[in-house]
Amino acid sequence: MKTLKLLFTSKKFVFGLCLFLTLLFLGLLFPVFNHKDPLDLAGFMYQPPSKEFWLGTDNFGRDVLVELIHGLKTSMFIGLLAGTVATLIGVGIGLTAGYIGGWVDNLLNTITNIFLVVPPFVILILISVSLQNRSLGIMGLIIGITSWPWTARAVRAQATSLRVREHIDLAKISGMGTFEIMLREVLPYIMSYIFMAFVLQVASGILNEAGISMLGLGPSNIVSLGTMLSWALLFEAVRTGAWWAFIPPALTIAFITFSLLFMSTGMDEIFNPRLRS
Amino acid sequence: MNPYFKYLSRKLFWYILTFFIAIFLNFFLPRLIPGNPVSAIISQMATGGVNSESLERLYESFMKEFGLDKPLPVQFINYIKNILKGDLGTSFSLFPKKVTSILGEALPWTIALQLPAILTGWIIGNLFGAIAAYKRGTFDKVLFPVALFVNSIPYYCLAIILLYIFGVYLEWFPIGGGYSRNLIPAFSWTFIKDVLHHYFLPYISIVLVAIGGQGIGMREMSIYELNTDYVLYSRLLGISDRKILKYVFRNAMLPQITGLALSLGTMVGGALVTEIVFSYPGVGSWLFNGIRQLDYPLIQGSTLIITLTVLVANFIIDIVYGIIDPRVKAAQLEER
Repeated sequence: MKTLKLLFTSKKFVFGLCLFLTLLFLGLLFPVFNHKDPLDLAGFMYQPPSKEFWLGTDNFGRDVLVELIHGLKTSMFIGLLAGTVATLIGVGIGLTAGYIGGWVDNLLNTITNIFLVVPPFVILILISVSLQNRSLGIMGLIIGITSWPWTARAVRAQATSLRVREHIDLAKISGMGTFEIMLREVLPYIMSYIFMAFVLQVASGILNEAGISMLGLGPSNIVSLGTMLSWALLFEAVRTGAWWAFIPPALTIAFITFSLLFMSTGMDEIFNPRLRS
Repeated sequence: MNPYFKYLSRKLFWYILTFFIAIFLNFFLPRLIPGNPVSAIISQMATGGVNSESLERLYESFMKEFGLDKPLPVQFINYIKNILKGDLGTSFSLFPKKVTSILGEALPWTIALQLPAILTGWIIGNLFGAIAAYKRGTFDKVLFPVALFVNSIPYYCLAIILLYIFGVYLEWFPIGGGYSRNLIPAFSWTFIKDVLHHYFLPYISIVLVAIGGQGIGMREMSIYELNTDYVLYSRLLGISDRKILKYVFRNAMLPQITGLALSLGTMVGGALVTEIVFSYPGVGSWLFNGIRQLDYPLIQGSTLIITLTVLVANFIIDIVYGIIDPRVKAAQLEER
């Protein structure tokens, strides 16, 4: 609780959080009031912004504004899911390796190091190529599964240094089980790191979704910010000058990552006293 | 045996192991698909109205050509054997062209685009970051959020926006390709000028993002170093600011050198989408073509090249880092 209060003293963190929540609620609330289907062919190809279509239409004559909001929702969902999955796996592996040590640590650390070096984006491409139907959940899941290693490494380092603290010895003497100690005596001390890693994982999840979609491996039949960009590129929106089809999704992605990076910078300054000036 | 040499050979062993795991993933992941790529291609052809008997013959010869008629473990061993010989197989979509020769032509374009862009961005970014950390005040207050924002624009979004503004709207630069189609590659002034003209937009889009990322990292490291005890102590001793700054800069540079090496390692895979945006004839564009046409050998060849460059870069970092930072070397030797 105290740390939370401390967090809110950082202007950077609060600003980033507000921006992120605004975007998130925009994506969640808009579809409640506006029932238009983003895949509906509402107009003609590449109509410029007008009173009817505030952000014009895309290559199939779909309303870009409606697509954008639904895409925002999709990308947020994939990012949050990927971030959660990556953080859970990373914390599980890092905590176990760091706290238990010995051969378990050696084994898990080796696996982590191998997956740190093999580029996650490559594994993402290889898995995506082999999946013919890529739903939202699956996209989030595979992005999460490919991006846990650096969270694991950071958590492991923290857990290793905590292992030799006195309160851990005390917990051992009082007969707590290994799992209980990990959960109640180690985890709370590294919560701030984990939260920071989670924020960065969400940002990288959203970027990964967009990147893989631009390669033509995005979610099937769903609008996301990445698939919007990929359609714009594929159907020559850029070269025909239909800026409304690609500038809005590009800026939206930038704003989401910007808000998350700002949050993480703010947190870094709070948790890392040496950066405070 | 020399302990440092021992350390290196152990590292080398791990990298070779990692490489084989990468090959394993590279081979088996795309084969998770039900059916096989050849039947996917044949069914695509079938919609084009080719008669069924010749399709059958095509299927047989393709299966044999790509060795898909053998059991998986045999295929895998053949795959490794071929890789060690430098043969990445035959492309489906550009049959009978070899993947090695396609990627061999593409790789120089990718490297020529990325290497200068990464280096420029790295140098400018580090200078800005160090200055921002040292001066603080307005310079930092203005520059930092700008850098953070530029850095949060994904590199491919920036590429698209630049392409639209300077290529389509202002028409200052060509809108894609490595060189004009009506020119034949030659070592002539017109051709070089044309290549540079096509080069500028993709180059600058990578440089801008690199400046943001490196600048932020350098700023953070410099602030951290400026707040350390040795700086305070040196100040109390009355050592001149210039001299202290030199120490600070040297220490803050270390992680930045890793950053440089890492981005050089991800060079081939780092800007795949930039190449797609500008239809630049590098590895990224070929990977994109491969994905669109289900050309598995081409996809696997590209991902393998990307992985290999990352592995080699990481190995080089491990060696070089021990040489330039005595603290790391000591830690490496302890690790034994």
